[in-house]
Amino acid sequence: MSKVYINGIGSISSQKTFGNNDFLEKILVYTNNVIPVVNPDYKEYIDPVAARRMAKGIKMGVVASRIALRDAGLENVDAIITGTGMGCVRDSEKFVSAIIDNDEKYLTPTSFIQSTHNTVGGQIALGLQCKGYNFTYVHASISFESTLLDAKLQLENDEANTILIGGVDEQGEHTIAIHKLINHIKLEKIETTKLLGSNTAGTIFGEGANFFVVSNKKQDSTYAEVLAVETYNTLLETEVLNTVILFLKDNNISVENIDAIVLGNNGDIQYDMFYNKLSSGLFKDTQQVYYKHLCGEFNTASSFGIWLASKILKTQKLPEAIKINKKSKENYRTILLYNQYRGENHSLTLLRKC
Amino acid sequence: MEVLKQELKENIIEQLNLEDITVEDIADNDVLFGDGLGLDSIDALELIVMLDKNYGIKLTDPKEGRAIFGSIEVMAKYITEHRTK
Repeated sequence: MSKVYINGIGSISSQKTFGNNDFLEKILVYTNNVIPVVNPDYKEYIDPVAARRMAKGIKMGVVASRIALRDAGLENVDAIITGTGMGCVRDSEKFVSAIIDNDEKYLTPTSFIQSTHNTVGGQIALGLQCKGYNFTYVHASISFESTLLDAKLQLENDEANTILIGGVDEQGEHTIAIHKLINHIKLEKIETTKLLGSNTAGTIFGEGANFFVVSNKKQDSTYAEVLAVETYNTLLETEVLNTVILFLKDNNISVENIDAIVLGNNGDIQYDMFYNKLSSGLFKDTQQVYYKHLCGEFNTASSFGIWLASKILKTQKLPEAIKINKKSKENYRTILLYNQYRGENHSLTLLRKC
Repeated sequence: MEVLKQELKENIIEQLNLEDITVEDIADNDVLFGDGLGLDSIDALELIVMLDKNYGIKLTDPKEGRAIFGSIEVMAKYITEHRTK
């Protein structure tokens, strides 16, 4: 069975990550509970004629995928697998609003055509003229991990050699308003760097696109080897610890071998306890890392976590802004990632330095 | 007629997301489709809906659009003669 490597990365987030050069040396701090991405100049990457019908999520996905491809030194790939929780939610909102506002008349085609969840994957393929396997996973907070799992299986079995995978979600005005109404977004404004100490329900919402070229061939640009990825739709708080122990055992790795654990804490007092089970117990002596204060919460936010872990393993640097605790570590060889959203759709991912 | 032409240019730019184009960039006799402004068949559908919604003109045969959407000048003339609102 072939090994799986991350050979290129591309990130558009609420931090200036699209340049791929810096690694969170300076972070942007927000005081809003809904934080947007830092936009690259999309025109540098997309022909204006093609871009005019693209909503933000499509542009983010197309550009992040181009950055990842360039990083891997590739022009094309064998397959494209996209993960998204809400798809092109802006065009969906636009189309549904038009139905309501115009009494089911005067419906225009563009927002309908662009509103489907697989539009991003389709547009990436059109731009690259990639006629290979193209699939979009829509599964809440494990949408991205589903792409990684699919790609891993294909690469391990040599069904493909290079696959572009990514997670992308954009903010939609109406959807955000609903999340505010049901208190999934914090009521009080909070400085993003103080997210974990908020002690209140809800979180801050973000958006973003994080794409990766994964391959069964290691190369100079390789960031990490993907050792394992596992998803769990339901997991009780009391089951988390044993699930992690079993996951590590299945992969012949002990807790002492984990040099850093990347946690999806989002400052929601109702659900961060899932992470606390690990951070105050089994991994209390491990370097703990968090990231949702940088990118906000969204269905594919965990793809930013993979971006972060990839950078740590390649650069062997761990920026101060992402440390939960401070453990001295000379090198980072193995990183475990754990994510869940509101107690559902959990994922465990293991990456190793190459 | 001049007011209508101005309105049409503004609506076309907004509805078709022609980000880098201003009203001044579109001459009254510029060809809108193909080599001109570069509009395509999806844009034609958007314009058909716009005619219905804004001016009460229903185009039942999409082929009619080819002639009507020739230029801003032609569109404005057609709308003036056929509008119901």
